[in-house]
Amino acid sequence: MSRRVDHAKASRAFIGDEPHIRFHDKRLWGLRELRDQAAHGIAEWEQLRALASQIKEHTLGNLAGYLEQFDRTARANGVVVHWAADAAEHNRIVHDLLAERGVDLLVKSKSMLTEECEMRPYLEARGIEVVETDLGERIQQLDGEMPSHIVVPAVHKLAADVAEVFADSIGTDRANADPHYLAEGMRQDTRPYFLRAGAGMTGCNFAVAETGTVVVCTNEGNADLSANLPPIHIASIGIEKLIPRLSDLAVFVRMLSRSALGSPITQYTSHFRAPREGGELHYVLVDNGRSARLAMDDFWYSLKCIRCGACMNTCPVYRRSGGLSYGGVYAGPIGAIINPTFDLKKYSALPFASTLNGSCSNVCPVKINIHEQIYKWRQIVAAQGHVGFVKRESMKLAGAVLGDPRRYRKLSETTGRAIAGLPRAFLYNPFNAWGKQRELPAAPKQTFHQWYAANRPSERVKPTVPCMAEPAAEPPQDQGETR
Amino acid sequence: MRIALFIPCFIDTFFPDVAIATLELLERLGCRVDYPPDQTCCGQPLGNSGCHDEARACETLFVQNFAGYDYIVAPSGSCVHHVRDHLSAAPDDDVTRQVRDRTYELVEFLHDVLGVRNFPWAEFPHRVGLHNSCGTLRRLGHASASELNGPAFSKPLALLAGVKGIEFATPSRPDECCGFGGTFCITEEPVSARMGYDKVRDHSAAGASYVVSADMSCLMHQRGCAERLGLPLRFIHIAQILNGARA
Repeated sequence: MSRRVDHAKASRAFIGDEPHIRFHDKRLWGLRELRDQAAHGIAEWEQLRALASQIKEHTLGNLAGYLEQFDRTARANGVVVHWAADAAEHNRIVHDLLAERGVDLLVKSKSMLTEECEMRPYLEARGIEVVETDLGERIQQLDGEMPSHIVVPAVHKLAADVAEVFADSIGTDRANADPHYLAEGMRQDTRPYFLRAGAGMTGCNFAVAETGTVVVCTNEGNADLSANLPPIHIASIGIEKLIPRLSDLAVFVRMLSRSALGSPITQYTSHFRAPREGGELHYVLVDNGRSARLAMDDFWYSLKCIRCGACMNTCPVYRRSGGLSYGGVYAGPIGAIINPTFDLKKYSALPFASTLNGSCSNVCPVKINIHEQIYKWRQIVAAQGHVGFVKRESMKLAGAVLGDPRRYRKLSETTGRAIAGLPRAFLYNPFNAWGKQRELPAAPKQTFHQWYAANRPSERVKPTVPCMAEPAAEPPQDQGETR
Repeated sequence: MRIALFIPCFIDTFFPDVAIATLELLERLGCRVDYPPDQTCCGQPLGNSGCHDEARACETLFVQNFAGYDYIVAPSGSCVHHVRDHLSAAPDDDVTRQVRDRTYELVEFLHDVLGVRNFPWAEFPHRVGLHNSCGTLRRLGHASASELNGPAFSKPLALLAGVKGIEFATPSRPDECCGFGGTFCITEEPVSARMGYDKVRDHSAAGASYVVSADMSCLMHQRGCAERLGLPLRFIHIAQILNGARA
């Protein structure tokens, strides 16, 4: 049984580090600003969003047919197509391919799906070295951490942190935190792996059913090196990555990088369709819960996600808590709706790690109703009994009080006075979450209800019920109409 | 036109001045306003906590209290958002649907229904930062959201423009959430407080001496943060300014 993620606790640790949280917030907000400039620079942006959403919904609504078409065209192109029902099968397929060919080193360009399948530890336990080649992903690998963001995996680290990690692992100068120096150090370290690797692996941004093409969008070019230098290229593909036609790709290519980083396009948009001469190309199509999610009335829309990370960049909670605080492969708003589909109990806190502000839904290039799904998840988390005892009981009590005007009146008319009368030390203690970092509102002399009764005497107002400690003392027949 | 005043629970308890200003403002504008005395809460704290079943009695009571009115007006955008979009625990019948459709937040009622733009009795000679709460901005459509590519507009600014002497100070992140978020402010206290601190620092850096909003809950949170940080910001509900409060 997996441990429940405690987002609030993990975020407290992140927030405690002023230089890191300030940088993290500023850097990601900077991406959001660049995204705004890029999006607002295209007159038809909102139409593009609607179109992208429609294409994805259409594809998901006819997914079986498009998968069969993709499988067929890819095989005709000479690609070997594998199907994996879950993470274990994915890992076994990849391992068999490597083991049969005696491969002991795999170079890899970032793929969240292989993180989701926990492929790296699986292969490493079987004697196969796996080297991440994306700069951010490599930093995280060398530091023994998960990616904290789907586009900028090491965004929570300062350059000085990277200098530390690299000094310990690849021998760069600990005192030199210049990003260009560090990137060059990583480049020099990684090149030999590309040349020595027996196989290369990439993810997949878009899989085109019409042509059997896998499209990979990167900024560093390492996906091309991973795919082209070793004799075998394995592409790991989530089945939701399908789009019908090559012409549909234009819509998504226009939106992906603009949404992610504010740049018009990624540096490299690589199309892989057939094995190169003398080489092998394998596609592994992975379900791993996606079919089940497709069958969920409220949550299948999350399969439209193109992994741009815009929802993370704009999320004020993500920017203050860091991706690692979400405790799963997918962080931020998209993680809050995807992770519970894998393990509701483990990720039951994530739908509550949101203020429901809705900015995520507004930036989403495929118009996923993220914050509405977060709201829906909360209802399910509570209905399935995954909220704590104290919260559950206090909500039951609140529901009973708020559903009964007399009990509510008593409480509202004593709350103000109670706050005014309590000693400060009682209010500002570690058990009072409000008072830890915020002052309480001053207590007014009377409620609005009392004011209204006193100042609008001609109106018919329910008489004020005298303050009583125990609401159960009321005779039941007194409840209801009292005017 | 039968108008009912809905005063959310926390405004009734902690901010009666906001409720009084709302009532007086509507009366100044010629509205005859009823205050159904058995009202409590819209059910938002329960719904947002996922406690749909526990919200049933509260939401059913809400519908009973406000059934039959032409308009139900409240000085709280987030509560109106709940009523309109999430009040689903009460019986799903015509009465509930009417109550949901007829519930208005004060600013949109003034702006869209009454069409009022001038408040000749109002004068507020201060630099003011506007806080659009998230539900009000993005769900009720009070103003254009910065994420969307469309024409800019703001209903609260259109109303405040009718107040003498008022000046505006725009924060660098005008529609970033302040971190209140209902029960979020308790269950996710570390992030909530940090967001609040960042928000009030942003208002302060922009030169605001007051922060105004159509949502008192956000202001309660921001005021708590500003007081703890020792920032000289003051907080006021838009109903109070429009009703002629001077400071």
